[in-house]
Amino acid sequence: MRKFPILISLALLIFTFFPLIVKDQYYMHIAILILYYALVSQAWNILSGYSGQFSFGHAAFFGTGAYTSSILFTKLGVSPWIGLFAGALIAALIGLFIGYLSFRFKLRGVFFSLGTLAFAEILRIIIQNFDIFNKTLGVLIPYKPDPLMFQFSSRTTYYYIILLFAFAVTVLVYYISRSKLGYNLVAIRENEDAAQSLGVNTYKNKMIAIAISASLTAIGGTFYAQYMLFIEPATTFSNDVSINILLPAIIGGAGTVLGPIVGSLIIIPIGELTTTLFGNFVGANLMAYGVILILVMLYLPEGIVGWFQNKFGKEKNAKKKKDNSINGGEDVGTFKN
Amino acid sequence: MELLKIKGLTKRFAGLVAVNNVNLTLNKGEIVGLVGPNGAGKTTLFHSVCGFHTPEEGSVKYNGKEIIGNKPEHICKEGIARTFQIVQPFGNLTVLENVIVGAFNREKSYKEAERLALENLDLIGISSLAYSRMKDLTFPNQKKVEVARALATSPEVLFLDEVMSGLNPSEVNEFIELIKNIRDSGISIFFIEHLMSAVMALSDRLAVMHLGEKIADGDPQEVMKIPTVVEAYLGEEVS
Repeated sequence: MRKFPILISLALLIFTFFPLIVKDQYYMHIAILILYYALVSQAWNILSGYSGQFSFGHAAFFGTGAYTSSILFTKLGVSPWIGLFAGALIAALIGLFIGYLSFRFKLRGVFFSLGTLAFAEILRIIIQNFDIFNKTLGVLIPYKPDPLMFQFSSRTTYYYIILLFAFAVTVLVYYISRSKLGYNLVAIRENEDAAQSLGVNTYKNKMIAIAISASLTAIGGTFYAQYMLFIEPATTFSNDVSINILLPAIIGGAGTVLGPIVGSLIIIPIGELTTTLFGNFVGANLMAYGVILILVMLYLPEGIVGWFQNKFGKEKNAKKKKDNSINGGEDVGTFKN
Repeated sequence: MELLKIKGLTKRFAGLVAVNNVNLTLNKGEIVGLVGPNGAGKTTLFHSVCGFHTPEEGSVKYNGKEIIGNKPEHICKEGIARTFQIVQPFGNLTVLENVIVGAFNREKSYKEAERLALENLDLIGISSLAYSRMKDLTFPNQKKVEVARALATSPEVLFLDEVMSGLNPSEVNEFIELIKNIRDSGISIFFIEHLMSAVMALSDRLAVMHLGEKIADGDPQEVMKIPTVVEAYLGEEVS
């Protein structure tokens, strides 16, 4: 556990200096995608990786974030910086609503996954049928660079903003993983009955997890809208979006702090590479994702980071055990009530 | 002082009456044993008191407060901790992490929870397993972790459901001492056990269940002489 701050700081250092070394705009774009997928996947990780409530419909929250800020901006001229928080809030409320319906009635495992999938589809159909959302046409965000309006002339600024978001969320997940909330969530994932018997309020903790996860995913949605300057139901509310959100965390290691970042670092470059190499062959990158996913599921079912933790955890534990036996003994017999 | 008072508790599963009008009390500082043949309703009684089942009739008063209808987590917060007959481990977590989950019942900070967890691992004598993964442990060791985990919630009453099954004789003796120590630290204990030597060594009072009903309750030596108890256990005398 102690190693994480070092690894996070190291990763942050490398990412901070990346734009000074690499000037190519295309590589900058890929780096932004990596960080952006790390962010949304990290958000998914809180609900699905830690508390084990496997969401197949995070597009619902992503699209809510993207549409809230974009509609507020294009129709009312509200700054997307405010829209960012508005989207996060609305997504949290939608998350709580989904959570209320699902967790109240003990919807578990695959049934919860199907429930989230259905909700994302419901939202997509609502968006596609109301004029205020421009139906299937999507929303085109006028390009007027202005930092106050979350628009920048330089790609590097976008890069540093998404770096800040992704880093902040990763630090948040790190602290959650070491807190009471984190332990409660993991206990719920591993065994709900045992968790309850130890005083864990499973309903309340799942609700907290879905609210945090949803609002952070919505922040990713707003960033996407402001970076791409165009959103439509198909690129914000579809199942593809949900899958892209969960893929980095699963490949990197669901329920680990660094999993989503490592997963994103692996699949985004591979996806871009296959698109470049097999440009005429639409869907080549999806096939590459599929192959990676199958390999990870077969050989590293706990993800890359999960595998590392299990493999190299042992040495660390042996060392800890030794330290323990030196300090141990003094507490024997003392008993806390 | 009466800590826990079970009155007229009845739990039915469709047509089957699993627990039938059971009355039982647990006094502060007492170790009460609960025995009976398989299917007598012992575990169902545990589940009903701890909130995992909702009994159809009866009341359970804890410190004078009705706790029937409360959820398991609230009952744990009240101060009743339990282990499971069939272990319910957090398999992918280490032993220490398993116990930390319990410790977080009362503690807020990670540091305090970890300290409390290590203390309880020491008490149960499984500190050396602290960093092993729960699912790699043997069944008896998993049962020990469950006891440590339950103790880490800082309970007033501990329910133990067959914690000694699978232990070897010397481990059983250690466990008997351990349970006595837990009681001496101020925790009242209610336990289900099949191992009669342990039951006789530990129980201040012994209750016997058979086919959902409580058929005896009292001094362990006396209770084991009651003909209906002997019959329930060994069948009718052949002569």
